[in-house]
Amino acid sequence: MNGKKLSFYLLLMPLLLTLALLILLPQLDMLGISLRERVSYGVYEFSLLHYQAFFTEPLYWNTFVRTAVMSILATALTLLISFPVAWYIAKIAQGKNKNLMFLACLIPFWVSELVRTYGWMILLRESGVISGFLQWAGLADAPVEMLYNDITVMTGLVYTSMLFMVVPLVSTLEGMDDSLVEAAYDLGGNHFTVLRTVIVPYAVPGIVSGCIVVFMLTLGNYLTPTLLGGKDSLWFTEQIFTQFITRFNWEQGAAFGVLLLCLSSLIVWLGLKLSKQSFKQAMTSDA
Amino acid sequence: MTFDLECRNVSKQFGDFQAVNDISLEIPAGSFFSILGPSGCGKTTLLRMLAGFSEPDQGEILIKGKKMAGIPPNKRPVNMVFQHLALFPMMNIGENIAYGLKRNKVPKQERDKKVADVLERIDLPGIENKSVHQLSGGQKQRVAIARCLVLEPDVLLLDEPLGALDLKLREQMKVELKKLQQAFGTTFIYITHDQSEAMVMSDQVAVMNHGRFEQVGSPQSLYYQPNTAFVAGFVGNNNRIEGVVESIVGETAIIRSDAGQQFKTTFPEATLHSGQQVHLYIRPEAIHIRRDQNVTSENHINGRVESILFDGGNSQVLVKDTESSQELTVSLPQTREFNDLTAGEMISLSWDIRQSNVFSANNKSEP
Repeated sequence: MNGKKLSFYLLLMPLLLTLALLILLPQLDMLGISLRERVSYGVYEFSLLHYQAFFTEPLYWNTFVRTAVMSILATALTLLISFPVAWYIAKIAQGKNKNLMFLACLIPFWVSELVRTYGWMILLRESGVISGFLQWAGLADAPVEMLYNDITVMTGLVYTSMLFMVVPLVSTLEGMDDSLVEAAYDLGGNHFTVLRTVIVPYAVPGIVSGCIVVFMLTLGNYLTPTLLGGKDSLWFTEQIFTQFITRFNWEQGAAFGVLLLCLSSLIVWLGLKLSKQSFKQAMTSDA
Repeated sequence: MTFDLECRNVSKQFGDFQAVNDISLEIPAGSFFSILGPSGCGKTTLLRMLAGFSEPDQGEILIKGKKMAGIPPNKRPVNMVFQHLALFPMMNIGENIAYGLKRNKVPKQERDKKVADVLERIDLPGIENKSVHQLSGGQKQRVAIARCLVLEPDVLLLDEPLGALDLKLREQMKVELKKLQQAFGTTFIYITHDQSEAMVMSDQVAVMNHGRFEQVGSPQSLYYQPNTAFVAGFVGNNNRIEGVVESIVGETAIIRSDAGQQFKTTFPEATLHSGQQVHLYIRPEAIHIRRDQNVTSENHINGRVESILFDGGNSQVLVKDTESSQELTVSLPQTREFNDLTAGEMISLSWDIRQSNVFSANNKSEP
């Protein structure tokens, strides 16, 4: 091995070590734990019992599907809300305004997610700011509880995900030559057809990479659904937490973890197939 | 008579900046019309108003006699070829060309036939399924034009589409564009800052500066009879000599240059008076060059060759007048006679009095 090659591998080493020791190894260990059954104190046997439990217990199964559907919905909503914002930042805002708008998207992340979510709770709870305002304005005659329902969970998820959708969209849209849009109008397109036939197809790589990131973040989110949704939020990460911490059933928790990983991989793969994008394309779109 | 395109006193202002200032023009059907001007002269603004991307502050635009005020770009019978062509990268060539037809709800069968036809006419048959990046620069050019012409617009607007091509291809495309225009018979309006593009292709050229038309005419008339100092300086190369009118005899003026030489020139009637500050323009290719120093001509300079700017057929010589140190650029005839010319050699220059143009010096808009 010559010096150049050696230095290449040495530079690569921290990354390889991180990937192997902190991600690959624990995941493999999780997989191992999920495939065993405790027969007596310190004695384990290979078993598919915990996977079987998942498929036979409707609560687990329902929570799983519900989390997936809510995450897809949250991703779609985030995309719908972020697209005009990204368009404004990329194409309409100029100079200083552009930076300010970007900063506005970033500001919520200066506060930790926990504090941010408690902030939402102060606003939305029965004795909270909005409820108080509604009563003061005479629009409600009793305290209004706005926490602990799906709409609130969805709002919180979308709010947390906005930035991760806006950034890839802005960088894709910024790369688009304005004359493409003008040419489409010039050739007879109207607002709707230009959006559908030129702008969205152009932005597909950004849309896909934003959606992947947002979907994964949402699916794996724990704080927002638990705090805003309360006991009934039925988020799958909550099930995992319960298994590990409350029930101290590591085997069941590990099985759920592996299933969640499979689910997110499957949905991302489906999304890529449907949008005819390769994973590589989507991940390099903001370069 | 109705014209394909008419502008009546069109003006456009951006803040304090007058981009287009009271422009009127009339373009007959089937002609190739160029708007030539330096960057920032307002030509793109004018073109965008014709296409409908912006509205004039004053004046009106008529296409085939119909007023265009308030009609958006997608409803105007004009199409535009953009500077960077703006072919849609996510569509193949067939889809690109069919885009406008599809928006006009032309049925699929007819659409396919029209696309095949227009590709045939631009000499690129059967490339419907290629993607945009598979084409060469010149092919993209033709596809961009075909995408517009397939819609049979009354007027085709072209925004410096040759700017991005390399020199050789540009020369080729000039001829190609002119042929396409003649074959389709559509009115072309072409904007450019390249005088050679404008002159080679156009029936009529408008020279634009500071938002106004300086002169509109055939390429020949712009070249031989420039109306203003700006046109004389911008269209083709020119030597400029600054001086004062010494005397006027009939149609001939005698100019004394600031460097002390005396030149005779003809001039348009009643535009000059004695003592006026003027600029005299002589084209490099209008100057005779001789090795014989004993020439008698009305305009005559003996000079020393400063340097030779060899560029094949466009070679020029920089000559410095021995008496006044005035420098002149002279075209080098490619008749072998001067092939051995070297820097430092003494030569004589002369030109006919009708070959120079004279303009009053107080015109601020010179290039």
